Amino acid sequence: MADLTTEFLGIRTPNPFWLASAPPTDKEYNVRRAFEAGWGGVVWKTLGSDGPPIVNVNGARYGAIWGADRRLLGLNNIELITDRPLQINLDEIKQLKQEYPDRAIIVSLMVPCEEQAWKDILARVDETGADGIELNFGCPHGMAERGMGSAVGQVPEYIEMVTRWCKENYDKPVIVKLTPNITDIRFAARAAKAGGADAVSLINTINSITSVNLDTMSPEPSIDGKGTHGGYCGPAVKPICMHMVAEIARDDETSGFPISAIGGVTTWRDAAEYMVTGAGNVQVCTAAMTYGFKIVEEMISGLSDWMDSKGYTSTSEFMGQAVPNVTDWQYLNLNYVAKAKIDQDSCIKCGRCFAACEDTSHQAIWMKEGRVFEVNDAECVACNLCVNVCPVEDCITMEPMAAGETDPRTGKEVVAEYGNWTTHPNNPSVFEKA
Amino acid sequence: MAESTRTPGVAPGRLDTATLETNFADLHGALEPHEAQVAADRCYFCHDAPCVTACPTTIDIPLFIRQIATGTPKAAAKTIFDQNILGGMCARVCPTETLCEEACVREAAEGKPVDIGRLQRFATDTLMNEGKQPYSRAAATGKKVAVVGAGPAGLSCAHRLAMYGHDVVIFDAKDKPGGLNEYGIAAYKSVNNFANNEVAWLLSIGGIEIKQGQAIGSDIALADLQNEYDAVFLGVGLDGTNKLAVPGAELNHVTDAVQFIADVRQSEDYTDVAVGRHVVVIGGGMTAIDAAVQARLLGAENVTIAYRRDQENMNASRWEQELAAAKGCNILPHLQPVSIEGKGEVTSITLEYTDATTDGLKGTGETVTLNADQVLMAVGQTLEGQPAGLSLSGSKIQVDSAGRTSVDGIWAGGDCASGGDDLTVTAVAEGRDAAEDIHKQLISN
Ligand SMILES: Cc1cc2nc3c(=O)[nH]c(=O)nc-3n(C[C@H](O)[C@H](O)[C@H](O)COP(=O)(O)OP(=O)(O)OC[C@H]3O[C@@H](n4cnc5c(N)ncnc54)[C@H](O)[C@@H]3O)c2cc1C
Ligand SMILES: Cc1cc2nc3c(=O)[nH]c(=O)nc-3n(C[C@H](O)[C@H](O)[C@H](O)COP(=O)(O)O)c2cc1C
Ligand code: SF4
Repeated sequence: MADLTTEFLGIRTPNPFWLASAPPTDKEYNVRRAFEAGWGGVVWKTLGSDGPPIVNVNGARYGAIWGADRRLLGLNNIELITDRPLQINLDEIKQLKQEYPDRAIIVSLMVPCEEQAWKDILARVDETGADGIELNFGCPHGMAERGMGSAVGQVPEYIEMVTRWCKENYDKPVIVKLTPNITDIRFAARAAKAGGADAVSLINTINSITSVNLDTMSPEPSIDGKGTHGGYCGPAVKPICMHMVAEIARDDETSGFPISAIGGVTTWRDAAEYMVTGAGNVQVCTAAMTYGFKIVEEMISGLSDWMDSKGYTSTSEFMGQAVPNVTDWQYLNLNYVAKAKIDQDSCIKCGRCFAACEDTSHQAIWMKEGRVFEVNDAECVACNLCVNVCPVEDCITMEPMAAGETDPRTGKEVVAEYGNWTTHPNNPSVFEKA
Repeated sequence: MAESTRTPGVAPGRLDTATLETNFADLHGALEPHEAQVAADRCYFCHDAPCVTACPTTIDIPLFIRQIATGTPKAAAKTIFDQNILGGMCARVCPTETLCEEACVREAAEGKPVDIGRLQRFATDTLMNEGKQPYSRAAATGKKVAVVGAGPAGLSCAHRLAMYGHDVVIFDAKDKPGGLNEYGIAAYKSVNNFANNEVAWLLSIGGIEIKQGQAIGSDIALADLQNEYDAVFLGVGLDGTNKLAVPGAELNHVTDAVQFIADVRQSEDYTDVAVGRHVVVIGGGMTAIDAAVQARLLGAENVTIAYRRDQENMNASRWEQELAAAKGCNILPHLQPVSIEGKGEVTSITLEYTDATTDGLKGTGETVTLNADQVLMAVGQTLEGQPAGLSLSGSKIQVDSAGRTSVDGIWAGGDCASGGDDLTVTAVAEGRDAAEDIHKQLISN
């Protein structure tokens, strides 16, 4: 069984699975259970300034969307930062850090955008012995209206400024948690780096309304007949976060900058995918809120198994391996030609590929006598839709054509050389030059 | 507690009321809403779905399942009833394992089809429990149609005609409507008086009058109907039963399985129904299975189904056979009756082993004698009192694909007509299709 010990910003944890700042890390009771269950670290539920405690709504906080069998796919919340007194949180953090020195405890913070407010809280966090801080520049609801959370995260200059204050007033690692509610994540990441941050973590939740009740006409979750946008998370957001992680990992200004990936991590595979795409570790919230802390056992065994099967002995060996393969569309090889192929032995004859291709794609699947479905190579553009709608895994595959063969769709010979859009004869700029 | 499973002879009350109630409970219980959701989510929404092709009434199965999945079971029910107004009964009695569910691609993929039958029941129950039906009559056409037989074929035909605004009178020989839904279907497939309630629900469309106790041929002449009505539909089923010509067949308690089942269905209290300690059922179809299973459920100690060919050839589906086995019935293939013994009352039956040869079935000469204080014959039903003037195909009324008989103005469908399996759903399809054809003809005149 591969060793999963992972070092992130010099913080060593027994595995790369941390719990994200959220209800699972809200108090000593939960965090103790999480550590006992095997989690490598936690980012404590966001703390605010001392003073009258935060007030949450007293009705439903969560909305959701579900897949088959009510499998939770996306969760949305309108919860604010911790509503427990600051000192109690700090005392619990100190106590737990002493008891679990091999686990990471990062303290998430969100205070008003004034240097003094940050100085005050940083001094008190320092006393706890926590391993570092995470700046919550991400919460999209409730706090943003008060000039905090995503209100900071959406303005790169503010990110840089607050990060700099923190670096000047705190010695341990500073992680900046980014909001996805922004057009180009690279600007936020560059600002964090410019302010001196040690890492970025992403994503916080996405602005969302999950559903509207058609009887009461209120958005869900409904508080006395009214609803507001909340933050979206869970398996549904993973593709959005993957893209953002990849963008930061391959950006000239931020490549190599440590990333803690957050967003829909539900299984070991999600974690592995994030890590090969440039993350140094992952944080989990919704999966733990859906299934409880025990899921980390599957994450641990699954990642070790995969590492064993690939011969990796340390998580650092596969980190970032996929980054060089993330590119822009214009550099994709346009000379690469594939065709869909249906394996008749595993086909169950549902005809979904036919309906999809016939109605919405390229009319490249024949439905023959006896519900036999076959691909017409002369029409197939290899779009992959049939593969995606087929209920049987690996029944339909994309088979590359070999160089020298003739593509029956275009009548052209498949060439071995790489050729992309920048040199393609149909590209207007190439066309003009010629 | 006077009687028990070991009481000799034929006796009622072998089991107590509570046990009988459990024994005769709904065979496939209704799905809870969440179960229905989970089951519906398994449907792939196939293109030109094979399940639809396999359904004799061509219900748009993927569509109704998707309607359940999206939280609109009443719309799902409407999709079902549009094709099959007895979709409620069919959900309970169809041998789905040889129809839609056999064709389901998930049967091929993983040996576990989508639970189509129970989903159909979920949808139809939801709508029917509201007591209303989703159809109303079109403006009256002034045309009158006589329907003979209030079984699935006749009811389906009558409903479709009523929808088009024609006036329908149904003549039925029995005391109650429903045909075999009321008298033949196994009790555990149609609990809580479902058959009767379904007929009332169906008739609530209006424009259909039912006359019970009116047998065509004896009480009324077919010719009179032809004269008085614009069209006639015959859905008389197969009221005759084949008899076995073996010595001893006249002994007491050697009876017809269909009658035995009707007695079970019509009893107010199962403790009143008499059943033997040792019961032998002759036959290999659905009737044989139903008779045997119900005999066991009533408390018979030993129930044997003797069938003359091998088990593969039984008309009852593999699933039905397994049900019988699970209920403790013994299926003995390759045995045909040669004599029934007893003094006044039957005490045993002797059967001879058979071999399938190129010249047909041959007795081997070897016999076996089984204890029997009740013998139930389930060796097929036949058309009784063949209506004069109509051509037959085999032993059934000859019809074309629209249900037209050889006589102009007379249509037929269901078990009494040629073509199709003898199933409730087939009868519904044929009744409906004949109604469409009758309607076409009536409005063109
Ligand atoms: C014991 C048994 C169990 C069965 N189980 C199943 C099952 O589980 N699933 C399934 O799909 N199928 C089953 N079947 C078959 C199914 O019941 C029939 O295929 C179906 O009922 C045929 O419908 P029908 O309308 O043609 O005839 P029937 O249901 O037989 O109805 C005919 C009607 O016509 C009336 N009638 C007859 N003669 C006259 C006359 N001269 N004048 C006026 N009225 C007349 C009768 O009283 C009756 O009401 C079973 C059959 C039997 C016998
Ligand atoms: C109920 C709830 C409360 C949250 N509160 C915070 C918070 O206080 N601070 C913070 O940085 N992120 C908060 N988050 C965001 C999560 O830490 C995390 O970024 C997000 O849920 C995406 O990860 P996931 O897909 O694994 O859930 C919260 C999320 C949820 C569901
Ligand atoms: S065959 Fe099965 S999966 Fe396909 S549409 Fe019918 S019920 Fe659904």
